[in-house]
Amino acid sequence: MTRGRLGGTGEQSPGRLGGTAEPTQESAATSFRPRLVPRMAPSRPARVAVRLGSIVAAFMAAAVFLTLAGRSAATVFGAMWSGSFGTAFGQAELILASIPLMFTSLAVAVAFRMQLWNIGGEGQFYFGAFGATAVAYAVPEWPAPLLLPAMAAGGMAGGAAWALVPGALRAYMSTNEIVPTLLLNYVAILWVDYLVHTTWRDPASLGFPLGRPFSPGAQLPQLGDTAVHAGALIAVGAAAAVAVVLGRSVWGYRIKVIGANPRTAAYAGFSIPGNIVAVMLLSGALAGLGGMVEVSGVVHRIQADISPGFGYTGIIVATLARFSPAAIIPVALLFGALTVGGLELQTAGIPSDVVLMLQGLILLFALAGELLVGHRIVWRTGGGPSGAEGGSGERELTPAGARLR
Amino acid sequence: MSRPSGQAGSDSTEPAAELTGIVKRFPGVVACDGAGLRLEAGEVHALLGENGAGKTTLMSVLAGIYRPDGGRVEVAGRPVDFKSPKGALEAGIGMVHQHFRLVGPLSVAENVLLGSRGAVRMSRSGVEKRVAELADSYSLRVKPDAKVWQLSVGEQQRVEILKALFRRAKVLILDEPTAVLTPQEAEHLFAILRQMAGEGRSVVFISHKLDEVTAVADCITVLRAGRTVATLAVGDATTRELARLMVGREVSGRLEREERAPGPERLAVRSLSAEGDLGTPALREVTLSARAGEILGIAGVAGNGQRELTEVIAGIRPASSGTVAIAGTDVSGASPAQRLKAGLAYVPEDRLGMGLVGDMDCVDNLMLKRLGDPGLRRGPLIDRRAAEAGAGRLVESFGVKTPSLRSPVRLMSGGNVQKLLLARELSSNPEVLIVSQPTAGLDVGATQAIRKLLLEQRDGGVAVLVVGEDLDELLALCDRIAVMYEGRVIGVLGAHEADRERVGMMMAGSTAGAT
Repeated sequence: MTRGRLGGTGEQSPGRLGGTAEPTQESAATSFRPRLVPRMAPSRPARVAVRLGSIVAAFMAAAVFLTLAGRSAATVFGAMWSGSFGTAFGQAELILASIPLMFTSLAVAVAFRMQLWNIGGEGQFYFGAFGATAVAYAVPEWPAPLLLPAMAAGGMAGGAAWALVPGALRAYMSTNEIVPTLLLNYVAILWVDYLVHTTWRDPASLGFPLGRPFSPGAQLPQLGDTAVHAGALIAVGAAAAVAVVLGRSVWGYRIKVIGANPRTAAYAGFSIPGNIVAVMLLSGALAGLGGMVEVSGVVHRIQADISPGFGYTGIIVATLARFSPAAIIPVALLFGALTVGGLELQTAGIPSDVVLMLQGLILLFALAGELLVGHRIVWRTGGGPSGAEGGSGERELTPAGARLR
Repeated sequence: MSRPSGQAGSDSTEPAAELTGIVKRFPGVVACDGAGLRLEAGEVHALLGENGAGKTTLMSVLAGIYRPDGGRVEVAGRPVDFKSPKGALEAGIGMVHQHFRLVGPLSVAENVLLGSRGAVRMSRSGVEKRVAELADSYSLRVKPDAKVWQLSVGEQQRVEILKALFRRAKVLILDEPTAVLTPQEAEHLFAILRQMAGEGRSVVFISHKLDEVTAVADCITVLRAGRTVATLAVGDATTRELARLMVGREVSGRLEREERAPGPERLAVRSLSAEGDLGTPALREVTLSARAGEILGIAGVAGNGQRELTEVIAGIRPASSGTVAIAGTDVSGASPAQRLKAGLAYVPEDRLGMGLVGDMDCVDNLMLKRLGDPGLRRGPLIDRRAAEAGAGRLVESFGVKTPSLRSPVRLMSGGNVQKLLLARELSSNPEVLIVSQPTAGLDVGATQAIRKLLLEQRDGGVAVLVVGEDLDELLALCDRIAVMYEGRVIGVLGAHEADRERVGMMMAGSTAGAT
């Protein structure tokens, strides 16, 4: 699957994209059926409209389920709104909930720039927390201006290390990156679990799997008198940095070419394996930085279950944001609001699983909507199989795409 | 050509299959333009033609893979309209493609069974026994329980033939079957084909190798530019005659090409050998030399090492031995970037698959090889304004038509894609320019523009290497033509001594024309 994606950009079957505009002479029975015709250049307003529309549609679908379950959709959505955007406390909470998502989704976006799926954000997040904590415990007496950057470096190194193995396997052995990144998640989670039960266990934790509290220098400061910590700024800064690196730098250009067409990249002399490793390291470092920010800014210690699946939700966020660093920030805030609104539901006696359902529905509708961004539906009389089928003259297919022998 | 077919039922006179006036268009290309073929029962029928003559397309129509835009298909005297390859299979037509349609992890027997009727009812051992029997009776040596990915290419081809026999195909189409075989394997295959014809089956053998065709076929149909130009019995045809029919005779408008004395050697290829994608030798001891101010043509039927030659020179494919020097610099083993620096420009055959990124725009594509250019960078970042300005200048001076600099290049026409690619490659002021299939798939206007550009480069003192299958084009453009056959340069002809027949004979492996 992955190799296909990295491999087959140049191939276009004449059958699928063929463009003989005239109707084929039909001896067979004809039937009306819808066909999807690729749009060659989807317009920007269309994209935005489809994406916003899919979020609205997801809420409407959720409303149907809630009504069927005998709940008032208005009440549930109202409670979610007031629990998140509605109050200053809720707003701070939703920002806090969105910060780790920004890091994990940036990690996914960086890898996807090269058509790589890093599903290991969760594990890299944990390993980042582990790396940062190791620094915090090693030199607790350092002042914050020294210790925090050192922890950030430790977190990024941890996350990068955790992405290195799948990245190197992909680069040099052509293995798929999805399964190794995914499976290493469990290893990382269990590793942190082990540490908080043993070496790093807080003697005062009354048997809970908590690490010792961080020294004051190891804690990210609050922003003013809000509950939001400086990690928000780091997240926005990371998004900006990723946007510049991917969109403006020579290296970003190289990995874009490798992702879009590895044969062109080889032709231009770009090193493909080296850049796969580099991209996976950067991706892992971003998720790892998220782990550092979480332990240093929110929990102020390491503990089991520091992430309720930020790595996985980050994949949804990045996908919805179309892997754009700028779009990741608002989408992460939306998902932060869903999480916080879900907690509010729980206090009102409504299962917070509504939120999971909403997240899933939003993704589902957004993915379905993608089809409409890239295609339009055409109703016409049934065409023949294989080569006889044609586009409707959307464009002249370049002969290079339909080379015949 | 179109003898009236006999009445249904009297199978002694009626052909096994007949295609008449087949037209098949693809976007921008007419693959078949009134092609036909009459296939008798019990004959081996060779379908001969240059690359792009429409051989594969015509046979794909018979095999139900394409539906023709015009023309008639009859099988055993009955008109048919295949909706899919399945329909053709049921009518007894099997095709062995150039690229096999096999499932690697499955066994030989499983591959043979795949998709055939009654598959559910048969036991594994039953199928393996049938397959073994079939294999035995045609001496198609292959083990039914072997996994396909472990088989050699020749063995995989036997599995494909077994597949067709298992489905009781009465017509077997083989698309360039010998391209992947050793001479011994090819001999063996010919014996099997003769045996099948002896049993009353019909075999269509697609090829462009004259010696093979005369060795195995009873009857030969020659296609040129999508049309059937002749059908003759093998005894009536001389190799020379076939070569002439295959490449045609018309000499299309010659370009203005002044004779000029070439300068010093710019590209030196010495004893270059390399392997192809399958690990088999693709280049054998090739020695070539191109001088400043000359166009050296590389002629040959596709698959005789031309692509590998250009890729090795460009540094994309490793050489197993031999040296390459560009403008006096030895670049054997150097990276593509170092070769670029030494003065090499390369326009590959697969423009959107290798030369350009279809989803990226003109600006980004024109930047591909200029990343080291300080005028284009601000530290590690790209100076986008400079890149856009540079792209705008190139697009204008090369007359590339595009809706905007920022629209994806895959939306551009083939001619404009090629102009864009040449614009980028020439913007580095190369010493050596390699162009593969410079005008394949382009319309007349774009073709002329590209040819003119190549001649301008030659007159400007660039050593130009043109790889092409269009003989007319090579004859019109080139100062010298080197002909490749089976990975070797079997001869180099000067412009005054090269003509279609001579080059055509050499392309088919005959050294008679070489000097």
